[in-house]
Amino acid sequence: MQSDRIFGLVATVLALAYIVSANQTQISFLTDPVGPKGFPVLIGIIWALSGMFMVLRPDPQPEWPGLRTFGALAFAVVILIGYAYALKPLGFLLPTAVAAGVLSYQISPNPKHAVLTGIGLSGVLFVIFKYALGLGLVAVPKWLLG
Amino acid sequence: MDILANLALGFSIALSPYTLMLAVIGCFLGTIIGALPGLGPSNGVAILIPLTFALGLDATSALVLMTAVYYGAMYGGRISSILLNIPGDEPALMTTLDGYPMAKAGRAGDALVLSGVASFVGAFLATLGLIFLAPLLARVAFLFGPAEYFALYLLAFCTLGGMASNNQAKAAIASCIGLAIAMIGVDESSGLPRLTGGNLHLYDGVDFLVAIVGLFAITEVFFFIESHGKHSSLGVKLDKVSIPWKDIIACRWVMLRCSAVGFIAGVLPGAGASLGSFMAYMSEKSIAGEKGGFGTGVAKGIAAPEAGNNAAAGGALVPMLTLGVPGSGTTAVLLALLMTLNITPGPTLFTENPEVVWGLIASLLIANFVLLVMNVPMVKIFVRVLQVPPWVLMPGVTMISFVGIYSLSGSYFDLLLMVGFGVLGYIMRKLDIPTVPVILGILLGGHMETALRRAMLLSDGDWTYLFSSPISIGLWVAAVSGFVAPMFLRNILKKPQRVTD
Repeated sequence: MQSDRIFGLVATVLALAYIVSANQTQISFLTDPVGPKGFPVLIGIIWALSGMFMVLRPDPQPEWPGLRTFGALAFAVVILIGYAYALKPLGFLLPTAVAAGVLSYQISPNPKHAVLTGIGLSGVLFVIFKYALGLGLVAVPKWLLG
Repeated sequence: MDILANLALGFSIALSPYTLMLAVIGCFLGTIIGALPGLGPSNGVAILIPLTFALGLDATSALVLMTAVYYGAMYGGRISSILLNIPGDEPALMTTLDGYPMAKAGRAGDALVLSGVASFVGAFLATLGLIFLAPLLARVAFLFGPAEYFALYLLAFCTLGGMASNNQAKAAIASCIGLAIAMIGVDESSGLPRLTGGNLHLYDGVDFLVAIVGLFAITEVFFFIESHGKHSSLGVKLDKVSIPWKDIIACRWVMLRCSAVGFIAGVLPGAGASLGSFMAYMSEKSIAGEKGGFGTGVAKGIAAPEAGNNAAAGGALVPMLTLGVPGSGTTAVLLALLMTLNITPGPTLFTENPEVVWGLIASLLIANFVLLVMNVPMVKIFVRVLQVPPWVLMPGVTMISFVGIYSLSGSYFDLLLMVGFGVLGYIMRKLDIPTVPVILGILLGGHMETALRRAMLLSDGDWTYLFSSPISIGLWVAAVSGFVAPMFLRNILKKPQRVTD
């Protein structure tokens, strides 16, 4: 109930923001009957209406995990975002080993397995990507090696 | 005799050693991907697309490889359905209903072989259907103008939303989110940026591969973290594998009927493989009646959904290749592949690039036989794969996704977007909002808008032009009924729930 209502409300607000933002599109002097605004606005309206429908006719509440699991999920998201930022400046091996290890630990809390998974995956994947697929990955950046 | 000449052309391409090798590799990879719990056909194919790109394959080779993976994943999905009671993806759900009980009764080997044969029959007949139907439909598709295409895209969203989800409003929201994302970036006809919020990274729009990998692969990782991978231990023993001739022969009509049902469901744009296996299972259940014992582990209950599912997978290629409208989540991913390879699906594909189409079709026929060999005598190899623990598999999938997306553009921004889509996918799946319409929206949004604008340009802004030809009226009627009818049918046709231990 509650989850659907919240999602529907957020969806409606986003849809309205989308319509407003679509309306600010610059129009060039050469334009067709629909123009660059027409279709996005149409989508925004249907989007907002279905959002309202979700608020009015919500489905039963889904099973959400407990606070601890939510914490774990949030932590996983942080790790993935960090990984995205780290991939370029720190090279492939280090960030991959850390991120893979952490994710592995989160799925099954066994430190030994997690460390092995992290190191193993980063090494094996590097060899596959670099030599089998020919991607231009940097193993370790030069400044770290000194 | 056109077809024979075309097939000869196709086989001349498909039988070259290199293409043949790609098909075999694709089948092998695909079966593994399908068998691994948490990796279905859609996310498996999605993760592999950027990597295929990195290999620098030409269009035909890339297409052969990926469709072999696609067919292979459809075969492989049954392995985890039967042995683990985990459907690799939505269409495999029906196979768990009888497959798992049969495996628990000590007949795991029989269930695997029988479902493998049913998959073969379904996929083989569907490929034959594709050979005959696709050129016909391609000829009809020449009659399609922008108004018809607009109605057709609408039909795809409506049937997908209407049949594949439990709540129309939620499916509509998902479609709108996808379409809305597709609008971001520089407007093609005026050349001015739209809805970018001034962010330079968004001027090129959101790459559909980023969305697909995020929504499918990254979301799956979150679900594994939530469940700690608990549901994926092998609970059923597989001793020896023999061929249950008696069951196979008893199921011959079931397989034929279900192939037909599945193929038709697959051809409907937007309906796809889930509907195919569902319809196949339900129709056989009602033919068998109470005494049929469906749901307790009977042979027919395994043959029916597998034949239907694989026939639908082949059928879904028909609208994808001839009209550019995918019939299922995975064909949406294949459409993404075509678009990345700069191939525009549609009727012109058949006249301008016959070697691509017929090479692909011939490879599918070959792949099917390869898959039968891999999935019946060699099934034990793939069962081993199930023993890869999720705490190695899922981090591996994540890292491959990251590198794949990173290799596309080399920008951290795409990676952040991908994580964002992963979070969105998690929330949506928790709330029972389908994610496939989002993908479809991102893929088709641009085309749909162009069709609408061209139609309005032709008619000088007259909206009735959208309903002015018999074809478009038919498509509109089908779209509206495809969206509305399931609301009333839902109480009659209840989806069976998963069997629990």
